[in-house]
Amino acid sequence: MALFDKYAALAAQYRQLEEAGANPFNVQFGDVLSPTEAMLAGRKTLLLGTNNYLGLTYDPAVLAAAAAATSTSGSGTTGSRIANGSYGGHGRLEADLADFYGRKHGMVFSTGYQANLGIISALAGKGDHLLLDADSHASIYDASRLGYAQVTRFRHNSPEDLANRLRRLADEPGDKVVIVEGIYSMLGDTAPLKEFAAVKREYGAYLVVDEAHSLGVLGATGRGLAEQAGVEADCDFIVGTFSKSLAGVGGFAVTDMAGAEVLRVVSRPYMFTASLPPANIAATQAALHELRTRPDLRHRLNANALRLYRGLERLGFELGPEPSPVVSAIMPSPEAAFGLWAALLKAGLYTNVSLPPATPRGLALLRSSVSAAHSPAQIDHAIALFAEAGSSLGLLKSEMAAAK
Amino acid sequence: MSDQASEIREVIFGTLQAALPQARPLSDETHIIEDLGLDSVAVMDFVMEIEDKLDISVPLDKIAEVETLGDLVATVQRLKQAA
Repeated sequence: MALFDKYAALAAQYRQLEEAGANPFNVQFGDVLSPTEAMLAGRKTLLLGTNNYLGLTYDPAVLAAAAAATSTSGSGTTGSRIANGSYGGHGRLEADLADFYGRKHGMVFSTGYQANLGIISALAGKGDHLLLDADSHASIYDASRLGYAQVTRFRHNSPEDLANRLRRLADEPGDKVVIVEGIYSMLGDTAPLKEFAAVKREYGAYLVVDEAHSLGVLGATGRGLAEQAGVEADCDFIVGTFSKSLAGVGGFAVTDMAGAEVLRVVSRPYMFTASLPPANIAATQAALHELRTRPDLRHRLNANALRLYRGLERLGFELGPEPSPVVSAIMPSPEAAFGLWAALLKAGLYTNVSLPPATPRGLALLRSSVSAAHSPAQIDHAIALFAEAGSSLGLLKSEMAAAK
Repeated sequence: MSDQASEIREVIFGTLQAALPQARPLSDETHIIEDLGLDSVAVMDFVMEIEDKLDISVPLDKIAEVETLGDLVATVQRLKQAA
């Protein structure tokens, strides 16, 4: 019995993809040319799977801020904030995030993954109850295993099921903490947040909303789904990431709850990891400024999202339930997803493959994400490549029906 | 065996048969992951059906401890009695 024998089936699949020369889980970019183009295997490739929603990774103001911060504060922080001290940038970014959301407290984590780990594991302690949407991101599931609360999952986007579960817990002691996401990363669907907020109020639970994929995308000022749904006051904590709309790496949480400062000495994923380096903090702060002052980015992003969604819909692909910057085509099998992915890449278009158990209901997905930096011509070109590859593989709905 | 245990077993086995792509023999000794080829999410989805039918909530750590259908029957029975 060798150490990796338990992964034999998965290892065989991975080897197969490597041998076919088309492994979506091991893509090596050469030079990245812009938010929308990179060199892949020596060829200029259109990027349609980067979560670079506002396209700010090459924004001149963002790059200048990062360079300046490196010059003045060095390359790394070489330690954690509780043990080795915070830099000025950490506090400034936290203040900016709190100001943007109109909240009292802001807290920065070293990745978005750790923000969920750090907030969720600290909020729900021993004797408390954590209720997760069934389609929650892996970081939320992992967070639920890091803490000591009792964890149950409710049906995806079902306020009724959440209410049922809170009703069963009504006589149990302990706090009840509910976790939902703004936009779900696999199918691009949004939560019925107004209805969740009503259930949360009825049962006296706390509500945490992960806006990782909705910050900079939804809401009148880009704060996310809670803003769009008009229920920010019911969302006790907003969690988010810097690695999508904000073009960096890191995560954050904001709240109005009194006493939230204590999280800095109880949240292990905050305490026992190195803090973000000055360049990343300054770049994120600059990107947040761009997000706040250039609403046109959000409008372009959403126009691109709708353009791609409608285009793929017209071709006959079965898509997620609503247009969003995440546009996922539901494939008949993992093999079909690999086939389409490889054909698109060969044609010069980079997308993503998502497979169970990372996806809901055992779905195999060919996932795309659009950027404000895409030109309409690039989106149209991508749709044309989907048409060609989809047709040659028999994946367009009209052709699949004809083949039956 | 109590009436409640056999009723719970009936609900669990019936729900599982309906969720499987093809009918197969099930017993208390059936391993849910190895014998039925369900992944972790499919198991949690199947437990959700049972939760609805019996009006209970099964915490994830309890699901993680379950290996066989017999384990699941026992876990669900304990939760139902506590409810």
